[in-house]
Amino acid sequence: MPESNAASLAARHLTGLADPRSREAAAVAAQADARPDGRPLDGGSASDAVISVSGLVKRYGDVEAVRGIDFEVTRGETFGFLGPNGAGKTTTIKILCTLANATAGSALVAGYNSATSRDAVRRNIGLVFQDTTLDTYLTAEQNLRFHAEMYGVPKAAVLPRMRQVMDMVGLWDRKDSLVSTFSGGMQRRLEIARGLLHAPRVLFLDEPTVGLDPQTRSSIWAYINDLKQREDITIFLTTHYMDEAENCDRIAIIDHGKIVAIDTPEALKASVGKDRVQIQTADDAGAIRALADTFGLDAAMHDGAITFSVASGEEFVPRLFGELSIPIRSVSVSRPSLDDVFMSYTGTTIRDAEGGAGNEFMRNMHKMRSGGRR
Amino acid sequence: MTTQVTDPSAADANIVVDRIRVSVPERGLRHDLRAVGIVWRRELIRFRTDRLRAITALVQPFLFLFILGTGLSRLAGGSLPHSADFDFKTFIYPGVLAMSVLFTAIFSAGSIVWDREFGFLREILVAPVSRASIVIGKCLGGATIATFQGVIFLCLAWFAHVPYNPVLILSLIGMLLLLSFTLTAFGVMMAARIKQFQAFMALTQMLIMPLFFLSGALYPLNGLPTWLTVLTRLDPLTYVVGPMRHIVFTHLSLPPQLSAEISARLAPSITWGGWVVPLWLSLGIVAVMGLAMMSVAIGEFSKTE
Repeated sequence: MPESNAASLAARHLTGLADPRSREAAAVAAQADARPDGRPLDGGSASDAVISVSGLVKRYGDVEAVRGIDFEVTRGETFGFLGPNGAGKTTTIKILCTLANATAGSALVAGYNSATSRDAVRRNIGLVFQDTTLDTYLTAEQNLRFHAEMYGVPKAAVLPRMRQVMDMVGLWDRKDSLVSTFSGGMQRRLEIARGLLHAPRVLFLDEPTVGLDPQTRSSIWAYINDLKQREDITIFLTTHYMDEAENCDRIAIIDHGKIVAIDTPEALKASVGKDRVQIQTADDAGAIRALADTFGLDAAMHDGAITFSVASGEEFVPRLFGELSIPIRSVSVSRPSLDDVFMSYTGTTIRDAEGGAGNEFMRNMHKMRSGGRR
Repeated sequence: MTTQVTDPSAADANIVVDRIRVSVPERGLRHDLRAVGIVWRRELIRFRTDRLRAITALVQPFLFLFILGTGLSRLAGGSLPHSADFDFKTFIYPGVLAMSVLFTAIFSAGSIVWDREFGFLREILVAPVSRASIVIGKCLGGATIATFQGVIFLCLAWFAHVPYNPVLILSLIGMLLLLSFTLTAFGVMMAARIKQFQAFMALTQMLIMPLFFLSGALYPLNGLPTWLTVLTRLDPLTYVVGPMRHIVFTHLSLPPQLSAEISARLAPSITWGGWVVPLWLSLGIVAVMGLAMMSVAIGEFSKTE
């Protein structure tokens, strides 16, 4: 990873010399350097962090949505925030995107402080919100054109770029339709296309594929992965889908406003340590007893099969056949999933956590109604 | 990408892909002007697609001019000089013209509240452009569509015996534009604070009628009790309705003596304790008020949660 980053950095500098627009951009960056609160953009500083957050806290009245988090996202990385609804994911994104001020702590995005250099941050990011932010009285094309103008996309690039992103989400043939005639999934796809329209340095995706069909979800992920290959883009996303988090280079598991674990999906799964083994036998009750006696394993029936966890499943299976006297009809070994990871760090499944967050939300709503805000 | 490189158009698409790299938009006046332009254009597009709004906004001035105007002319007849030559509708026409832009201007600003409820405001506010360019675009957009609305009503001038004189029409359009701008700025300032559409509607409805009644749209501003005189001088609408009526009256084809009499009695100059407010100051007040309210709105939108 660091090597390829260095290479892409070098490539950027080379193209930067050749391309007058990049030179302008560099001039803009240099200008920004002069500001007391701005930090160099391409300064080749010690860390290669595109996003760097330290001690971030956000309180809404009595409710502490984010309770002191620290993390860094490296250039070119796809970084995922995984957690149940109400864990503080959206609040964090809002602070990073300059839409909210932190109560304490700081956040740097593309080298700029998100509280004091808002315009500089905004120029470097693209955003796809959780709730729809389209003008439904305009056509799809008019929505994208609005965005292109607001983000200063070079005039000659607007049309081909619009075509490209709309082709990607399969909406080019509907470009002249009013957005109000779109289904929820189509609106979502259009929003993702819009977030990519201006080719941002950091792309924020807040629950990007909620409510989409599996086909669209996978095509969007294919595009995101392709985008990473082709462009020097960093992606920050929040999700509560485990399978989606698998696409990330690194994941932070967030629960109740705190980061409980942060690593690559593989390392996180490895940290759980144990594989899940499921077997079917002629005598299940006898087998469970034998497993306890012979191997000291705590096995139980799940989904119609004897289920237990061991450190390295593949190596254990031959021993199982050799030493268990009861005939085995089938065996399956599975690696730990992110579900298991979430479970092991928070002590609950993400679905249960969401139920809990929901209750908390209702309680807070009740408090606000009965007691007033302040 | 799922495109296959089999036909030339797909190959084209690939070229496009290669051209795109991470781009940081240039900061500058040109970028801000583009933002002003697109916010303005969005107002126009939405106005064009919403014909119903354009029609309903004309109903009220229409009622005032033809129903109220005709009805009251019988009552006012005796007090008007040489009533056979002069129609009460001519008298209220400038005021009703101002009314025709009043609703459209303020409600176009109300779409900000609407945008906030439906999320689009967030797309606008997170864009890397100055808050000023967003607010300016919005004010100019509202001013443009409201003026357009006024121009439609201007077409009915003949029914109020107001001549289609090019100088007169252009002057009126200019004043309508100024008025619309200030009213939109007022609406944007309110919309910056108010988070619910119902609240915005209720508050503006509450304010629109006093603004209209105090402007002298329906009665001449001389010989009023002191308290009412003071109130009329505080209403920004007064400083547009007065000049509009004045310019309409100077273009009527009436005998000179009658014309002078009518102007003196029905279109008196705006005065502050006996001092006549000149035309430039009158319109200047409106412009300054508009700019001041726009600045307040810009300040409001620069705040963060």
